[in-house]
Amino acid sequence: MRVMVFVKATEDSEKGLQPTAETTKMFEAMGKFNEELVKAGVMLTGDGLKPSSQGKRIAFDGPKRSVIDGPFAETRELVAGYWIWEVKDMAEAVEWAKRCPNPMPGPSELEIRPFYEMADFADVVTPEIVERDGRLRDQLKDR
Amino acid sequence: MAADINRTVETVFRIERARLIAGLTRIVRDVGLAEELAQDALVTALAEWPKSDVPDNPAAWLMAAAKRRAIDNLRRGKMMARKHADIGRDLDEASEHPAEAIEAALDDDVGDELLSLIFTACHPVLSPDARAALTLRLIGGLTTDEIARAFLVSEPTIAQRIVRAKATLREAGLAYEVPRGAGRAPRLASVLEVIYLIFNEGYAATAGDDLIRADLCAEAQRLGRILAGVAPDEPEVFGLLALMEIQASRLKARVGAQGEAIALPQQNRARWDRLLIRRGLAALERAVALGGENGPYALQAALAACHARAGSIAETDWRNIAQLYDRLRAVMPSPVVDLNRAVAHSMAFGPDAGLAMIADLEASPALRNYAPLWAAKGDFLLRAGRAGEAKAQFEQAAALSGNASERAFLLGRAAACGEAAGE
Repeated sequence: MRVMVFVKATEDSEKGLQPTAETTKMFEAMGKFNEELVKAGVMLTGDGLKPSSQGKRIAFDGPKRSVIDGPFAETRELVAGYWIWEVKDMAEAVEWAKRCPNPMPGPSELEIRPFYEMADFADVVTPEIVERDGRLRDQLKDR
Repeated sequence: MAADINRTVETVFRIERARLIAGLTRIVRDVGLAEELAQDALVTALAEWPKSDVPDNPAAWLMAAAKRRAIDNLRRGKMMARKHADIGRDLDEASEHPAEAIEAALDDDVGDELLSLIFTACHPVLSPDARAALTLRLIGGLTTDEIARAFLVSEPTIAQRIVRAKATLREAGLAYEVPRGAGRAPRLASVLEVIYLIFNEGYAATAGDDLIRADLCAEAQRLGRILAGVAPDEPEVFGLLALMEIQASRLKARVGAQGEAIALPQQNRARWDRLLIRRGLAALERAVALGGENGPYALQAALAACHARAGSIAETDWRNIAQLYDRLRAVMPSPVVDLNRAVAHSMAFGPDAGLAMIADLEASPALRNYAPLWAAKGDFLLRAGRAGEAKAQFEQAAALSGNASERAFLLGRAAACGEAAGE
């Protein structure tokens, strides 16, 4: 199964990269951890994200769209980085996540969320979606 | 709480299992015994951890427990009964200072140990089926029941296959080392063959099958990624990895809502997995950078990549595909490659080019009863404006097809040819 692992933001990560010895040490440890993940065939991709001050939100309300500039207030709900892992089950993802060095100078959190898989859609996909998919394929055939 | 700890123990063990077995195999020189010793370490952990809580570094704890098991085993002198000369030599050193000798062996490059275990499980003294079962058991950590379900055979059959494979390896008196020099290429080919066999078993799974069958694709990709980690200079390892990642990127698009198979030209490309394509293209780049652009796996990956890069069949670079098939034919000659090459040339240079190439194949006994040959010929003739002749080819293909929905599709094409020809 595929999971996304979020590194939750903290007040430190929201300040952006700090050129301290601690940061360098964390990057070293994280590099080693990533190497382990790659060697185990677990890591598919991953990256760090800039603070929310560099981000934007697009809010939807019916047909209306409005753009909101960062930074965003609810720091603990923000994301500072992510991985995508391929694991056998959630228990394996949890074990790998426990081996991760603390990504932040203070207390921090990782969050693991499994991707939807084909089997999950069996009961949800409506006949219209199936039909639209068929139409899309027909269009591709005609090209 | 105890149940939680047991789950942790079992999960940590699953993650570490292959490395434990690899390290122990180097000491005891017997994969079967190494697997038993690793299993003993798990039993110890299951007894200890609920009492003393999960250790800070559970992986190191398991390895230490496994080492102790190996030392006990040596002390009991079980190994003395074995008559292999190299074991005797190792034992001379080990019996003086067993703990140090094992310590040294286990501190060797872990990657090398894992690679040597992969080479052992895929040893050419074993049949491809036995290699696949043993690899899934030792490296993939699948149970015999899972392997049996995946390969659609009974559990006793798989269990026996694995027992026999271990016995064969034991009797062969192998060196348990990473092969180097001239011996390496055929051994590596054997490893790649096994991983691709596992992948193709998963790829052949259909909608009604046990999910574990489809999981074989993910398992093979994982094996390929692990292999790439421990053999980072082997171009064909990356060629195979690229091929598997790109083929797997289409898994979701190749099955329709009713479970029917959808061929590549009809697939909804929006459903191709872009992450896997990206990974596949990166692996292919690495294979080429290592000088492996003419390896059979790298060439097949390059073919898959041509489709992955194209937004539609019409936008596909058929000239590139045609020349890749020319090169593939040189390193991996087969009638099926020749047929695909003819199809590629027909797409790149027109139906007459395809017809010219197919003429030789029609006479070959290998493809005479192969439905796709006649379907391809029908397609070339139709595109060349010879609908009447095409009809007979599609009918011939339908008669040879073993698959009901494919037969219906081919008869439909034959009927359309009949109309086009004004019959």
